[in-house]
Amino acid sequence: MAENGIGARSLRKEDARFLRGSGNYVDDINRPGQAYATFVRSPHAHARIEKIDTSRAAEASGVVGVFTGDDLAADGVGGLICGWMVTDRNGENMKAPPHPALAQGKVNYVGDHVAIVIANTLAEARDAAELVEVDYGVLPANVDTDKADADGTPQIHDDIPGNMSYDWELGDAAAVDEAIESAAHVTTLEIVNNRLIPNAIEPRSAIGEYDPASDAFTLYTTSQNPHVARLVLSAFCAIAPEHKLRVVAPDVGGGFGSKIFIYAEETVCTWASKKVGCPVKWTADRSESFVSDAHGRDHVTKAELALDSDGKFTALRVSTKASMGAYLSTFASCVPTYLYGTLLAGQYTTPAIYCNVKALFTNTAPVDAYRGAGRPEATYLLERLVEVAARETGTDPAELRKKNFIPPDAFPYTTPVVLAYDSGSYEAVLDKACDIADYRGFAERREEANTRGKLRGIGFSSYIEACGIAPSAAVGSLGAGVGLWEGAQVRFNPTGSVTVFTGSHAHGQGHETTFAQVVADKLGVDFENVEVVHGDTDKGPFGMGTYGSRSIAVGGSAIISACDKLIEKGKKIAAHALEASESDIEYDGGTFSVAGTDRSMSMGEIAFAAYVPHNYPEGLEPGFEESAFYDPVNFTFPAGTQICEVEVDPDTGEVEIIKFSAVDDVGTVINPMIVEGQVHGGVTQGIGQALLENGVYDGDTGQLVSGSYNDYTMPRADDVPTYDVEMYETPCPHNPLGVKGCGEVGAIAAPPAVINAITDALSTEDIDMPATPERVWQALAQA
Amino acid sequence: MPTVSLTVNGKVVSAEVENRTLLVQLLREKLGLTGTHVGCDTSQCGACVVHINGDAVKSCTTLALQVEGTDVTTIEGLATNGELHPMQEAFRDNHALQCGFCTPGMVMAAIDLVNKNPNPDEQTVRRELEGNLCRCTGYHNIVKAIIAGGQAMGG
Ligand code: FES
Ligand code: FES
Repeated sequence: MAENGIGARSLRKEDARFLRGSGNYVDDINRPGQAYATFVRSPHAHARIEKIDTSRAAEASGVVGVFTGDDLAADGVGGLICGWMVTDRNGENMKAPPHPALAQGKVNYVGDHVAIVIANTLAEARDAAELVEVDYGVLPANVDTDKADADGTPQIHDDIPGNMSYDWELGDAAAVDEAIESAAHVTTLEIVNNRLIPNAIEPRSAIGEYDPASDAFTLYTTSQNPHVARLVLSAFCAIAPEHKLRVVAPDVGGGFGSKIFIYAEETVCTWASKKVGCPVKWTADRSESFVSDAHGRDHVTKAELALDSDGKFTALRVSTKASMGAYLSTFASCVPTYLYGTLLAGQYTTPAIYCNVKALFTNTAPVDAYRGAGRPEATYLLERLVEVAARETGTDPAELRKKNFIPPDAFPYTTPVVLAYDSGSYEAVLDKACDIADYRGFAERREEANTRGKLRGIGFSSYIEACGIAPSAAVGSLGAGVGLWEGAQVRFNPTGSVTVFTGSHAHGQGHETTFAQVVADKLGVDFENVEVVHGDTDKGPFGMGTYGSRSIAVGGSAIISACDKLIEKGKKIAAHALEASESDIEYDGGTFSVAGTDRSMSMGEIAFAAYVPHNYPEGLEPGFEESAFYDPVNFTFPAGTQICEVEVDPDTGEVEIIKFSAVDDVGTVINPMIVEGQVHGGVTQGIGQALLENGVYDGDTGQLVSGSYNDYTMPRADDVPTYDVEMYETPCPHNPLGVKGCGEVGAIAAPPAVINAITDALSTEDIDMPATPERVWQALAQA
Repeated sequence: MPTVSLTVNGKVVSAEVENRTLLVQLLREKLGLTGTHVGCDTSQCGACVVHINGDAVKSCTTLALQVEGTDVTTIEGLATNGELHPMQEAFRDNHALQCGFCTPGMVMAAIDLVNKNPNPDEQTVRRELEGNLCRCTGYHNIVKAIIAGGQAMGG
């Protein structure tokens, strides 16, 4: 292994600036002459806007502009879009209501955008926002996902009866019905997947700037995918043509999905910068983030798992209601469908699966992808069902899983829900996890806990996810409005250092390090001499951004393709200089040599020759940089087993996580230190969902009840344990690095592991997330 | 507008502020020290932690006018002659940061934690970190880093 090549625990390049406080986040940027924006937001969940009077605000001290939805409409600014068309089971297109960036006539959730107030200082903008008078005709609110389509529930959008965007299905309903009827045992479960609020610690922020000299806009924004932001703002919101709009996403302080989407605030700030003639800056405070960032999860599900008398799964039937919130956010529609229903086979050979999903509008913040997106919901459902089935049939949960795992020689394996798994070592991974968790010793530990009056439980979660999103043609056929390839450019500088431009975006993942390791390894250059550039549409090729654990699998593959092109060109240059035939040139780790001789040239010499082409192949272009676009041939399928052991205090209902063990197969590991860090973070978010976090709206008023860190319980250091994380590497067979992606595994796997451990401890299945002490205590009292 | 004078990272500074100006606004907006971050509006995330006369304090909950005459250290003031502080080194060596947004507050809180609890054990670190949120790392490596940083600081 090269010192800082693939597999090395290289320390991160980006840390040098972050540790000195010299990161460059959007709110750290100040543009000359900038004004500050604040948004007037709806205090009501559901109301007609009778009248907006902005006159007093417009005259207030320091105010440079106040705008409403009418102003946007007058300028032809388009609304926000949902980029994935899901087809209803009746063959109709999903219903996507208009989503104006500033409300037009109606507000549909608390925090919905009503007006923007721009002033010379933030304090003046906030003071003036208080002077915007809005007369609301308050309507009854609909915030309960399970009841959103019921008779008598308030209808949110005029043309969408029953509040239903789509009623979608996947799988063979008849085969499933038949298998369930003839099953030896059927396990049934009704569960809620609680609404989560992503809470990247950096709040969203945007600065729009218009330059009259070039008639061009620049938007600095907290985005995971600046190129897509530019595309949407240009093509759909009609802010400016793409070549007149630059989007910069500098250092971004965490995203977890919530910064994929194109939001009202960045759209309006960009547009307004031309109206008011100066840069317009907006930064959310945390209270705004809570009400206006896209939320995650929020499913209500009923499911049945059928088993034959040998304990083999014969069928799975799932019926889910998924809240979309008040509007369809950028990728909302694909989350409870193609990122959920398609994962319901899990790691198992279940031959018949049917899934029905009703996507419903409620008077709540839009729901979209949050770390894992659809796959955590599928995993939570499936892994709880399997655990309950094991208990009901008196089978060891590890054994029941093994009995039903897809065996290693069955790949490629096509599931009944569309996906073609490429590789996996499920049983070996589970065995390793059992060893780390000392599963065999559990019974003894449980007894010991009993002597102290504590209840011990252990829970499994064997998850799979589809990552490396995604083959463009495949997702196109399923309704995606974009291709999901990635772009890269690898540029040798004449003196031998390398600049890598990527369409991926890092907001904590460490791409500047990992991608440099890949390039250093591939091109035989010093890790220190590789610089990775991302996050600016004016620098480097178009790219689709970072989400769905796609950066290394798709973005990394694009970089490898560009490197391959450089190596091909290098062979031509070497053949000429070494007076050999091109077919005799061998490349290895940065050296081009003539086969069977000691004649060779280094990568640096080749690069120099390409820029100073004095002795150079005829007809070959000078210069040493190559671009590539990579479209994956399949998803990747990270999988693993995570095991949680808890101790419950029956007097207080408090749950302590005693040990959390994870074995994850994310394919080839580029930097184990970074991968482990991704697992730690994901698991912690998963534990947060299982024990602490809950996005709750008041049933009557539609107010967000858990709208601050007082009420929305984020995991803190003393809520979580030190983790035991190990890898099991089954390389992905269809991408050049053998990588699968690791960003989401923890958030996907952990919730069922934790809840299965708690239900094991309590001997009742009757508990929903988050399993707060109150809920645990009540479950015990009722058991 | 009233004026506030204080020492920030060893330099004497003074600035005009409103009565309602917060210390974090003074640092970020008037003094250009953007290493100190703001992650919440309820004094709960700790992204804004700085040292006032050596004690860790949330600068989002401190008025600028309260720090008259004090000695404030921010994340920008920790390195000496370009050399990272041992706690900064420990964060890097242990991969205790991902997006970096919580990091300045974490490091400032960690140094104060170790000053007050030399050679802390894991439990102490986890308990004392109560005031700082990180959404990325799951705290695993932050805890390791603070223990290691504490040792490097001389126990
Ligand atoms: S900014 Fe969150 S505690 Fe100060
Ligand atoms: S490193 Fe991102 S919040 Fe801590």
